[in-house]
Amino acid sequence: MNKRSRTLLSGAGAGLLVLSLAACAPGAGGSSSNDEDTGDVSTDISDVEDMTLTVWDQEVRGGQNEQMEQLNAAFEEKYPNITIERNSQSFEDLGTTLRLALTDTDAPDVVQANNGRNSMGAFVEAGQLIPLDAYADAYGWSDRFSENVLQYSTYSDDATTFGEGDLYGLPQVGEVVGVYYSKSKLEALGLDVPETWSDFTDAVDAASADGPALQLGNIDQWPAGHVFGPIQGQFVVAADITALGLGNAGASWTTAENVDAANELQEWVDAGYFNDGINGTDYDAAWQAFGAGEGTFLMAGSWLAPDIEDAMGDDVGFFAPTRDDGSIATTGGTGLPFTITSAAENNDVAAAYIDFITSDEAMDVLAETGNLPVNRTAELAPDSGVLADIYTVFGEVTESGDLLPYLDYATPTFGDTLGQSLQDLIDGRVDAEAFTEQLEADYAGFTSGDE
Amino acid sequence: MSSGIASGRRATRLSGRAWVPYAYLAPALLVYGVFLLFPIVRAAQFSLFDWDGLGESTFVGLDNYVTVFQDGQLLEAFGHAFVLIFFFSILPLAIGLLVAAVLNRSTVKGLGFFRTVLFLPQVIAMVVVAVAWRQIYAPDGVLNGTLRAFGLGNLTRPWLGDYTFTLPAVGFVGTWVATGLVIVLMLAGMGRIPREQYEAARLDGANAVREFFAVTLPAVRGEITVALTLTIIAALKTFDLVYVTTRGGPGTSTTVPSYEIYRRAFEIGDVGLAAAVGIVLTIVVLLITTVINRIGDRS
Repeated sequence: MNKRSRTLLSGAGAGLLVLSLAACAPGAGGSSSNDEDTGDVSTDISDVEDMTLTVWDQEVRGGQNEQMEQLNAAFEEKYPNITIERNSQSFEDLGTTLRLALTDTDAPDVVQANNGRNSMGAFVEAGQLIPLDAYADAYGWSDRFSENVLQYSTYSDDATTFGEGDLYGLPQVGEVVGVYYSKSKLEALGLDVPETWSDFTDAVDAASADGPALQLGNIDQWPAGHVFGPIQGQFVVAADITALGLGNAGASWTTAENVDAANELQEWVDAGYFNDGINGTDYDAAWQAFGAGEGTFLMAGSWLAPDIEDAMGDDVGFFAPTRDDGSIATTGGTGLPFTITSAAENNDVAAAYIDFITSDEAMDVLAETGNLPVNRTAELAPDSGVLADIYTVFGEVTESGDLLPYLDYATPTFGDTLGQSLQDLIDGRVDAEAFTEQLEADYAGFTSGDE
Repeated sequence: MSSGIASGRRATRLSGRAWVPYAYLAPALLVYGVFLLFPIVRAAQFSLFDWDGLGESTFVGLDNYVTVFQDGQLLEAFGHAFVLIFFFSILPLAIGLLVAAVLNRSTVKGLGFFRTVLFLPQVIAMVVVAVAWRQIYAPDGVLNGTLRAFGLGNLTRPWLGDYTFTLPAVGFVGTWVATGLVIVLMLAGMGRIPREQYEAARLDGANAVREFFAVTLPAVRGEITVALTLTIIAALKTFDLVYVTTRGGPGTSTTVPSYEIYRRAFEIGDVGLAAAVGIVLTIVVLLITTVINRIGDRS
């Protein structure tokens, strides 16, 4: 065979192969819904035949892993007929493998799915998760959880509306973004712990007189979102932020209030409130620098508390400034909700498991292992230390304030859009107007159904 | 009749023998087919669909390919990949040729040691390399510290957060990794050049530079082809380096096609487009390496 005919032949072979494969389109017949389970629910699973419940979670860090192990052991003790097969991976790994896992014929029963549209939203749309409303009624979940929290696990049937509709999962822990501060540094400046937003900006200004008061490492693009979110909460009404954050129609990024919020962040950068080279600094390096005594404040999430407390001991405190009218609003949410896949072998068992690990008793275990329980927060607050502050803030925000959604929930691409735009804003490459226009393009494109 | 049987028997025997090599190759072909050809064909198939990786898919023909050539962010990513070719291939080749020529001319004591040290970056996993360089480039990292120590404090910058310098900074890590490989390849090639050729050149009055262009360079043409092929493929398929150091940032200034494939397939859920980018990238790699090998073979 000469070279040309060989090429021709292999080309034709490949072409034929493509044609024959085109017959079986990707994704066809991939979803396996078990409709026979809907409607009839049971909360008693002690008579279920011996079975294995496969659970995929991302509780890999110290205290997170510990609570999971304790609760799983307690569940297996209560129901000897159920064996839990746990598969635990990091947040990023779980996010990237879940899509493949759910479409597999041997999909896990219970999975922790991120709330946003590119995970839970996509799974709901594809019919990979089952609605839990019948179980919510049976177990009384809406009494146990605040509306503020449950909304982040609800989608309409077709997944176009996020924040209302059917319930698809329950979280174990809460998360809140606020301000860590060094008690000794604040004292040295002769300042009280700021209560309102203007107290806070005054304190930042005063503390920046000899060196930047705030630490921020934004090389990964998302950390600046946890600074912008609370700022936005001061300028924009909560309902608008919720619509923007959940990617539901009815709000706009290009309002004067959003522009003001973006301006505020850019002014902070220009005023030298932050460390140099924000966009080239590691997230971990930034909070470690704060822990090592650089800067007075760190705007970040509650999940850093154990690490920062290790570094600073009693010197660290946590607060969330109120709006100047005294109301409180800050970015936060819940840990990843536990959901039931449509491939689950026995929905009753899966629901019983989710009920068990989010029960009032489970909250004790979560608190004991250094996590921030999503329920009974104020009650379980430790007496002292930074976690006591955090429990208080979370309790206030969820019960009497506004827990603002993470903005990257909005659309499948919003995490990237927001991250890139925030880097542009911090670098001064775009002004506040252009920044909000970039975000509006993604948000409006999605809500109008272009994407 | 009898001759018919005989020739028939011979034909059977012949064709039987002709199949033997294929039988030996079968296991390898099977593995190759299952793990390489099949995924490629499947990817090509996916690229013709609009599919989020979860639900039903829609056949869209070549739409995804049209998008690849129209999407500004994807074109930008391909542009960055071509910039990286300079840092992964051209620069290491220039440095490698120079260093190898110098090492080859003089008798260096402990050449083996230097060769090992220079080759070392090749052996380390790219993720480890990336983590290390992320520390070096940090605002208070080794690089800025060194610059300050030499009184060059005004040159310091957040290397991985600067819109102008981040892509070259990421590219330079590639240079650091690839140079050792190129030097080792060039040394091997130059070691095969007969000493007589240099003596003849010297008798003709050639100086070191002349000698390099007249004798050394033509002799290592094959090695240059190999080096370029390997390093250009490395440049075009860069993923881990960008993923670990910058995640495509700041803004979109360091995105590359492989990173876009990962992002679109696994984070955004646009599997069809991701597959199309992958196929286009494969074709680009094949084209470039074919051209290089054509030029290299001509000697």
